[in-house]
Amino acid sequence: MTNPNMIQVNHISKHFGNHAAVQDVSFNVHQGEIFGLLGPNGAGKTTLIKMMTTLLRPDQGQILLNGFDTQTQSRLAKQQFSVTGQTAAIDQDLTATENLMIFGQLSGLTHRAARRRATELLAAFDLVASAHQTLATFSGGMRRRLDLAVSLVGKPKLLFLDEPTTGLDPRTRDQMWRVIKDMVASGSTVLLTTQYLEEAAQFADRIALIDHGKLQAIGTPAELGQRVGGKQLRLQVTAAKMLAEAQRILQAAIKQPIQVGQRSLTVALADDQLPVCAGLLDQLAAAKIGVSQFAITSPSLDEVFFKLTVGKN
Amino acid sequence: MFNQSHTLSNILTMTQRNLLKTLHDPDNFSDVLMEPVLFTLLFGYLFGGAIAGSVHAYLPLLVPGILIQSILNAASGSGQQLREDINHGVFDRFKTLPIAAIVPLAGQLLGDVLRLLLAGIMALLTALVMGWRPTVSLPMLAAALLLAIFIGWSASWLFALVGLMAKNAELIGSLSMMIILTLTFLSNAFVPVKTLPSFLQVIVQANPVSYTVTALRTLLTTGIWGLHATVALLCGISMIAIFMPLSLLAYQKRA
Repeated sequence: MTNPNMIQVNHISKHFGNHAAVQDVSFNVHQGEIFGLLGPNGAGKTTLIKMMTTLLRPDQGQILLNGFDTQTQSRLAKQQFSVTGQTAAIDQDLTATENLMIFGQLSGLTHRAARRRATELLAAFDLVASAHQTLATFSGGMRRRLDLAVSLVGKPKLLFLDEPTTGLDPRTRDQMWRVIKDMVASGSTVLLTTQYLEEAAQFADRIALIDHGKLQAIGTPAELGQRVGGKQLRLQVTAAKMLAEAQRILQAAIKQPIQVGQRSLTVALADDQLPVCAGLLDQLAAAKIGVSQFAITSPSLDEVFFKLTVGKN
Repeated sequence: MFNQSHTLSNILTMTQRNLLKTLHDPDNFSDVLMEPVLFTLLFGYLFGGAIAGSVHAYLPLLVPGILIQSILNAASGSGQQLREDINHGVFDRFKTLPIAAIVPLAGQLLGDVLRLLLAGIMALLTALVMGWRPTVSLPMLAAALLLAIFIGWSASWLFALVGLMAKNAELIGSLSMMIILTLTFLSNAFVPVKTLPSFLQVIVQANPVSYTVTALRTLLTTGIWGLHATVALLCGISMIAIFMPLSLLAYQKRA
């Protein structure tokens, strides 16, 4: 059975005592997508993941995984996914192979099939040399790799990754991302949380921004960027005394409020105003204004994040 | 909806996990190896003279009691082990697998049978060193040990429930200790019942541990499977019937 929406979250709420951890959140995750869940600490991301992975029951609402209801068809829903990261751990006292074997067998593989799959994954995750060591001897990156490998034992259609790259060095992070992209290329769907905004912007197809238990925004990284005002032109002059003249020229060309810095000017730029910029450079040169920087920037996800979320403080 | 044979093989996989875990770190066995030795020596030499006139005369009375106490002690470790695993997060992963909820619990407790067996053997070996001599055949000795292990295993479902309800491992340790002390001392395990005030005798006679101890004494001295042994067995089955569903419920609701 295939479903265009791998995850359907419909009007989910969850309260802990008086605290509303998640309030009326709805979104869909499409088949084959990398979907990022972003939000400040305490925004409700982990609560949401726990509800999607059947570890918590929502107070209200419904979650369908590949069409199966997490509450009324939990066993079928559980066959669709696997979860890794903060919310679910692996055995510290077992070796890498044993962990893979145990979870393989629990996922329904025979002993022989589990062994074959374990060998395959150890090779794929560069863990062959440590196959028979317990996790006590593993580095953080090796653990994370094994954790992900264990999640892939049953070849899940859907993978939940709770902060898969937090605390990893850039090389290991890169390796994790390669694995995740390979998975998606082979047909899996991935929902992940991350604190690294640029990472989400780079790899996620779509992003949902959560704050105070509510969905603040959802869309592609580019769409979210537009929500905070689109492109900007930033220009910096070589000496502060030229700033006033530069501001006058800029204001004449672009009729938007200008933010004035010590030696810099920033102004919002509509897409159809891009050709104006070329003429602007000529005008500045004619006025003998030295320009040390002239940049058209798209808003970063950081700005989106700061604009749309408040966090606990 | 749950395929029974899958559940059974999943329980065996989970038992294997528990055994692997224990075997990788033999320190896990230090308590079940040392406690029976310590308590057998302490009780034998301290109380032997006072209760039975001599250590040697006390041993036949003591051995069944110390056997079940050692095994209950070992069984109480299951609750702490469950809590540690749950706090560590690996049980969350088990919960997201399409397996029956009983699998992680049953696997843990079945794996712990090895601890019960070791504790029982250590208690018997210590008694042998102190001069105790079984008067029955080896199969009868084995039957007594098996009965004690079964009772200990039934009780481990109670300890599992404690482990699932209390969030903190130290609290679980002290609660388990209180349960063990109450169950074993308010029984005929160490002292003759007729020396107790009459209200205590009533309590002692209702204690399943008393039935077990009487059954073990009969098995170990006469080699006969008496009525007490059957009653003890039924007590064990009842404990499982009560505490297994309660543990399962606690596991699904709270852990």
